[in-house]
This record gives sequence, structure tokens and C-alpha cells, in this order.
Amino acid sequence: MKILVCITNVPDTTAKITFIDNDTKLNKAGVQFIIGPYDDYALARAVELKEKLGGSVTVLHVGGADADPQIRKALAIGADDAIRVDSDPIDSYFVASQIAHVAGQNNYDLILMGRESIDFNSGVVHGLVGEMLGIPSYSPVMKLEIEGTTATLAREIDGGKETLSASLPLVLGCQEPISEWKIPNMRGIMTARTKPLLVVEPVSVEEFTVPENFSLPAPKGACKMIPADQAETLIKLLRTEAKVI
Amino acid sequence: MSVLIFVELDNGSVKKTSLEAVAYGAEVAKMTGTTATVLALGKADISSLEQAGAFGASKVLHASDDKLTHENSLAYADVLAQAVKQEDSKIIILAKSGLGDAVAARASAKLKAGIVSGVTELPVINGGFTVKRSIFTGKAFSNVEIKSDIKILVVKKNAIEAIESSEKATVETFSPVLRDQDFQASVGTIEKASSELSLTEADIIVSGGRGMKGPENWQPLLDLAKALGAATGCSKPVSDLDWRPHHEHIGQTGIKVAPNLYIACGISGAIQHLAGVNGSKYIVVINKDPEAPFFKAADYGIVGDVFDILPKLTKAVEDLK
Ligand SMILES: Cc1cc2nc3c(=O)[nH]c(=O)nc-3n(C[C@H](O)[C@H](O)[C@H](O)COP(=O)(O)OP(=O)(O)OC[C@H]3O[C@@H](n4cnc5c(N)ncnc54)[C@H](O)[C@@H]3O)c2cc1C
Ligand SMILES: Nc1ncnc2c1ncn2[C@@H]1O[C@H](COP(=O)(O)O)[C@@H](O)[C@H]1O
Repeated sequence: MKILVCITNVPDTTAKITFIDNDTKLNKAGVQFIIGPYDDYALARAVELKEKLGGSVTVLHVGGADADPQIRKALAIGADDAIRVDSDPIDSYFVASQIAHVAGQNNYDLILMGRESIDFNSGVVHGLVGEMLGIPSYSPVMKLEIEGTTATLAREIDGGKETLSASLPLVLGCQEPISEWKIPNMRGIMTARTKPLLVVEPVSVEEFTVPENFSLPAPKGACKMIPADQAETLIKLLRTEAKVI
Repeated sequence: MSVLIFVELDNGSVKKTSLEAVAYGAEVAKMTGTTATVLALGKADISSLEQAGAFGASKVLHASDDKLTHENSLAYADVLAQAVKQEDSKIIILAKSGLGDAVAARASAKLKAGIVSGVTELPVINGGFTVKRSIFTGKAFSNVEIKSDIKILVVKKNAIEAIESSEKATVETFSPVLRDQDFQASVGTIEKASSELSLTEADIIVSGGRGMKGPENWQPLLDLAKALGAATGCSKPVSDLDWRPHHEHIGQTGIKVAPNLYIACGISGAIQHLAGVNGSKYIVVINKDPEAPFFKAADYGIVGDVFDILPKLTKAVEDLK
């Protein structure tokens, strides 16, 4: 079983987001970066599958060297080796093209991703990669078992879930409860230092989208407090003032 | 050259979020001097398809093959690409959802089209074509210029105020070529609470957190939801503890919702929860702790015990009727 796990390098979920350089760049000062939480689920399941079925787990990231600590963490969690495509992750199409290029040179049985990155929240890279490689893609996947060359999975659909089985290779976008996040142990951290991290140049891709600038939501007005013993006033306000009921 | 809108069906009827996408597409069609065409797949109620006209579409392409009734992003993307070629469409609109994103992604790769997901407003078209999208789970926005010849926009709820007319669209049969390779997966079980109002479609959501103390205490919350015609949601620990089903869990790692009204009961307002609700128009917070961070994100707040307050609210709603 050869598994590729694609990870993002994103601001921690509690990070305060601000921009610099005339709102054209994320202000990284004081922001802690992490492996995307959904990618972390994908990685955890990949490591479990490897332990059960044998094979290897490769992590892949498209981005700059500032992601290397997160890539090392993925290696410490149990991936065997890593590839970093050394380029700004320009947009979903660009990132997917890089992933599809790497995947095209190695025959992975399974390409696991997060259901979405928490910076761009697109939820599209898995579909793009699947189509570029001509293989199926499913997301969000909450359960995954492999037997021989068949994957049985449960995915969330609007208001419920569905199970299906499909032949490998597949691209899957993962979410909980597919697995539990893993924390690297001391041995993992030691061995991660010497595991291979291959840095490769990007392939050229036509530029489809160009980011212009960023902005923040308008600040929220003050919260109108209603005394607990007059709770029913709330319902009146929702009808006459907010006009939502 | 028409703007093409892919709609999702639920039991043969066009979903509300998709009708909003139709309204969005129709507005873009107006801006670009063309018409709006809808693509609907699988078993459908024809009168519901005609209703797309009320939101500004002039034509609906309906591929009625029953093989397309089951949600299948592989086949849907292929059919969408065929419709794009037939209509010579340059702009494709979908409503944001797991399915919408998957279909858009695969169509993007087929058509070599630039794709932007999470669009929150109408595009700015003046020489270029720029869209505003939500990023960092609602904590920020980004303006993006799309330069490709074909453009795919996946649009968030509330990106446009959909106004309904009494027009009807003409429904045309569309007969795409279906590829066997897109139907290889075998579907096992589908668990779907069909009577339940879906969270992503709901105008009002009543949501509970750990402050509800246990699954046996949910009734007052369900009563208020029922009185309001609302869907119910919960915080992550609540679904982790199995008090409520996983698909109700809202937030960074759960569902992102954008109702007109979100009522949070006994939820502290952790940043990861807020990430899933910051698209809501109005937020009401009920919490016994006046320092709960959720009040900072709220429009209306009540400091008090949920078990006191919920029945009072339910009664007040019933009194309105
Ligand atoms: C990477 C990551 C991702 C996460 N993703 C999510 C996510 O998607 N969604 C999510 O919800 N959380 C998420 N979390 C968890 C999040 O950080 C919080 O722990 C969680 O939201 C807290 O849930 P809660 O508000 O229900 O519980 P608590 O924080 O325990 O809050 C309970 C609240 O109820 C109030 N209360 C208690 N009794 C009463 C009463 N009788 N009447 C009124 N009020 C009462 C208390 O004052 C308190 O404010 C994530 C965490 C991490 C680290
Ligand atoms: N720069 C990147 N490098 C590697 N994988 C990525 C990158 N961006 C996105 N992905 C993968 O694609 C998934 C979906 O991302 P997105 O479509 O941006 O929401 C993520 O959870 C990752 O697994």
C-alpha cells in the first residue's frame, strides 16, 4: 500500500488574521503555523493503514521552506518520507497540478487529503487532482477501510451519510472521525530528523487566478442584552427589529 | 454564451441554496448581456425546475437519466462539461456544498477553467473579472481576479438577495453521453434523516453546547426549534460525546452555516465554533456566564440558565401565531 498524504501549512485555528503591505500579504508575525486539522486526520489514518497493511506513507506539501517544521512533524507522526514542491501555492488549480505531477511519477494506491484547507476553505484540490489523474475522488470521508484493492468508505452527504466501495487508486478528502489526531512521540521526533525530505521545483502551470488584496469583515456592533426575566422580549425584537422570524 | 448554473436536487426539487445560485447566475448574465441556463440532473419534479425561471433563468437543461439521480460528482462534472460545450458557456455557477465543490473541481480540470470557491458577492466586471471570496473560515476575505477564458464560481449562501418573480423557465431535455467509468463505485447504505431540515439550507438554527448538560435535556431546545421551524445544530464536544449526531456539529471542523438567525444555547463561543457561524445574519446567545466569549460575536444576548429561558422563548414564539 503506497499512500500519499497532502498537507497544508496554515495558521493555528485560534490565530488572529491580519494583513500587511497594503492588504496584499498575510501578517505572519506572532502567528503559529500548524498542519491543517483535516490533513492531520488524513495523515493519522494513513499511518494506521500502513501499520496494518504494510507499505509506505509519503507526505507532500506545495509551499515554501517555512513549512519544513510541519513536514518534519508529519514525519515524526509516522510518514516515511516527504516531498516539498518549492513554490508559493498560487491557487487551487496550481496546487492540484503540482500534486498530480508528483503523483503521476509514483504509483500511489491512495492519495489522502483534508476535506478542506483552513486558509482557503476551497474543498476542491482533491476533485481537481482526481480529474487530472483520471481517478475517482470522494469527500468528505469519515471512515475508510481497505481490503485488497477495494476501499470501503463512509462519506458525509447533506443531512446524513452514505457508504460506498470503490477500487483503488482513489483520492479522498478526509474529516473526523476517520481517525484521531496523533501526537509525535520522542522516538518519532528523533527518527524524523533523518528521514528524506526531497525539495523539487514546480512544473509550470497557466495562471488562472490572481489575488488582488485581502480584507477583514466589518466589526460587529454591540450585543443587545436582554434581562433573563424578560426573555420573551427577545422574540419581539427578532420579529420587529431584526425581522428574521 | 449563456451563464450556466448547476443545481442540486433534493427529492426531485431544486434546493433552496441552488435557487439562490440561480438568482446569482441570472444577475451575472444580466451584467454580461446574456441569459442564464440551469442544468439539473436525475429524477426531477418538472414544476420545480420551471421555478428556476422565478429566479431569473430562461432555460433549464434536464438530463433525466435515472442513473444521475444518485449524487455522483464524477458523472455530474462530465455532464456539466458537456453542457458547457453545448451552450458555449464562459461562466459557470454552483452553490457551495460538498457536492458543489466536488463537481466544480472536476469540471475545472476538464475544462481548464479557473475556479474560485466561497464567493460572497457579485463579481466586479470592468475589463477584468474580480470576485470576493471568504477565506480563513470566515475570518477574512480576498479579492481574486479570474483570468481564464472559462470561469467557475462556487457561491456561498447569502451572496445575493434572491427575489422571486412569477416567471417560468422552459425545460429542455438534455441527453449527455454517460461514461461507465463514472459509475464504478457501488453504493452501500444511505442514512438520511429525510424529515429533518438540512443545516445548510435552514433560515434559522437553534444550536446547543455542553451547557445543555446531557442528551436527555435536548427537548426544550427541540421545542424551540420546532416552534420556529428551525434546524438544530451543536458544538463539537456535544457530537464527540454522542449527545447529538455528527452531521449536526458546527464549526471549523464541522459544518459551516449561514442562516438568518443562529441561536446558541450553552455554547461558550470558542473561536473554532465561531468559524462555522460567522456567516449568520443575526446571532442570539444564551449563556449563564456573562463573560462567555460568544457574547462578543452576538447581536442579542441573554445571561441566564438555558433551561429557564428556552421554554419562555418557545411560549413567546407560539403566542405570536
Ligand atoms: C483544531 C480544533 C478544531 C475545533 N473545531 C471545533 C468545531 O468545529 N466546532 C466546535 O464547536 N468546537 C470545535 N473545537 C472545540 C472548541 O475549541 C471548544 O472546545 C468547543 O466549541 C466548546 O464547546 P461548548 O461551547 O459546547 O462547551 P464549553 O466550552 O464547555 O461551554 C459550555 C458553555 O455553556 C455554558 N453553560 C453551562 N451551563 C449552562 C446553563 N445551564 N445555561 C446556560 N449556559 C450554560 C457555560 O457558561 C459555557 O460557556 C475545536 C478545537 C480544536 C482544537
Ligand atoms: N499547498 C498545498 N500543499 C499540499 N496539499 C494541499 C495544499 N493545498 C491544499 N492541499 C490539500 O488539499 C486539501 C483541500 O484543500 P482546499 O481545496 O484548498 O480546501 C487540503 O486539505 C490538503 O490536503
